Amino acid sequence: MEDIVYLDNAAATRLDERVLEVMKPYLFDTYAVATSQFGYLPGIEAKDALDAARGRMAAALGATLEEFIFTSGSTESSNLAIKGVAMALGEKKGRHIITTRIEDFAVLYSARALEKQGFQVTYLDVDKLGRVDLDRLRSAITPETILVSVQAANQEIGTLQDVAAIAELCQEHGVLFHTDATHSFPRVPLDVRQVPVDLVTVTAHLIHGPKGVGGLYVRKDTPLGKWMDGGFQEFNLRPGSENIPGAVGFAKAVELATPEETARLQGVRDRLIERLLQVPYSQLNGHPTLRLPHNANISFRFVEGESVLLHLDMRGFAVSTGSACFSRSLEASHVILGIGGNHERAHGSVRFTFGRFNKDEDVGAVAEAITEVIERLREISPLGKDR
Amino acid sequence: MYSEEILKHFQNPQNVGAMEDADGFGQGTGGKKCPEDVAHFWIRVTQGRIAEVKQKTRGCPVAIAASSLTSVLAEGKTLEEAQQITEEKVAQVLGEMPERKLDSIVGPRALQAAIADYQVQQTK
Repeated sequence: MEDIVYLDNAAATRLDERVLEVMKPYLFDTYAVATSQFGYLPGIEAKDALDAARGRMAAALGATLEEFIFTSGSTESSNLAIKGVAMALGEKKGRHIITTRIEDFAVLYSARALEKQGFQVTYLDVDKLGRVDLDRLRSAITPETILVSVQAANQEIGTLQDVAAIAELCQEHGVLFHTDATHSFPRVPLDVRQVPVDLVTVTAHLIHGPKGVGGLYVRKDTPLGKWMDGGFQEFNLRPGSENIPGAVGFAKAVELATPEETARLQGVRDRLIERLLQVPYSQLNGHPTLRLPHNANISFRFVEGESVLLHLDMRGFAVSTGSACFSRSLEASHVILGIGGNHERAHGSVRFTFGRFNKDEDVGAVAEAITEVIERLREISPLGKDR
Repeated sequence: MYSEEILKHFQNPQNVGAMEDADGFGQGTGGKKCPEDVAHFWIRVTQGRIAEVKQKTRGCPVAIAASSLTSVLAEGKTLEEAQQITEEKVAQVLGEMPERKLDSIVGPRALQAAIADYQVQQTK
């Protein structure tokens, strides 16, 4: 993939060698399972490494060691958060959950699974930039509400939510608040000492860490059922042998995702958006300023996203699209439709997401390529004759 | 990965463009799974044969390739022969594709609509 300009870093990222280096000892040398301090030496060393990684993850969120558990990724984290709260409070307090229409699938389908079990779920509409309206959220809360789950940032259009305000609103009403920070952590800071959020989903594979490792911040004393059955690992919340190389790698990946790097990515993103909006009949999806620092999402009228993607692929660029033609679910992007876009806007949407290994000159190269591709596809398109 | 046939037509679609004073014009839209895909076909008919065909298509790679292939298959055919150009036939020539992509084969629909348009005009 070295000769490819990879602009799909919201789907997966290349592992950083420095992450691999810190993982290696726990794959080849100290590969033992974590034991108690009275176990054998390699097991104690493994436990120490896990604790150190946990400490660094917790610190990155302003949490304490006991408040962070490792999982297999953000899908598992969000399942645990949502179903765990439902298990813990469904009988005791109520069976109503609030989320949004534009959440990622792990949250959306966890909520749908609970609906089948008799829970009531409110899917909040968002505005045309993808933001949740606080008054609308406030009026959706009932005495039956046990959990609000609103993403920190959107996976497709990059819009950031006002997590602090939502957290405070939930706290005021005595409702637990979960946020899926898969796409924002740690590039968009979130400090749980300042923000009264109860559960936070994070993942390693989008920040040049290893695949198959994620985490969940669980505020102390948050009622949470054990959703998966097995051993007593991760404070008896997440059974299964710990992925110690993964945990160590995750902590390193977080350390390497510096604010300086985030600022660089944001500069690259802004230049790309500026260039792409020069293409006639193009439109930015998502919020112009309150958006992920590495995400640009543009809809081009009169063309279809998968055709754009294939032409770009042939020119050596990897991007993503919200077109139904490309999705496994055969449905147009629920996010673009959720912000009031029509099917045509979803059909022609293209997402560009940057990462550490993108070079500044990638912007010019992809902007030039896409300008050409759009022009070519519009020449053969029967639509927009008056353009 | 798409078949060579699909990639060939996608990269170099044939008979692209609109036709002035066409003898027949038709539009085809995608099925349930790809309702945004759309093709326009124009035909010129000389002595019962399709002498010229032009097409424009918006859609996924299969839609674009299918319209291109449809137009190539239709050239020089009698109307009766051209009426045999179906989605299934085009799909067969294009080669392997995900099943749902059958919904994006909009070219034959547009071609058949253009032939029907021509025939209606003849009866006037």
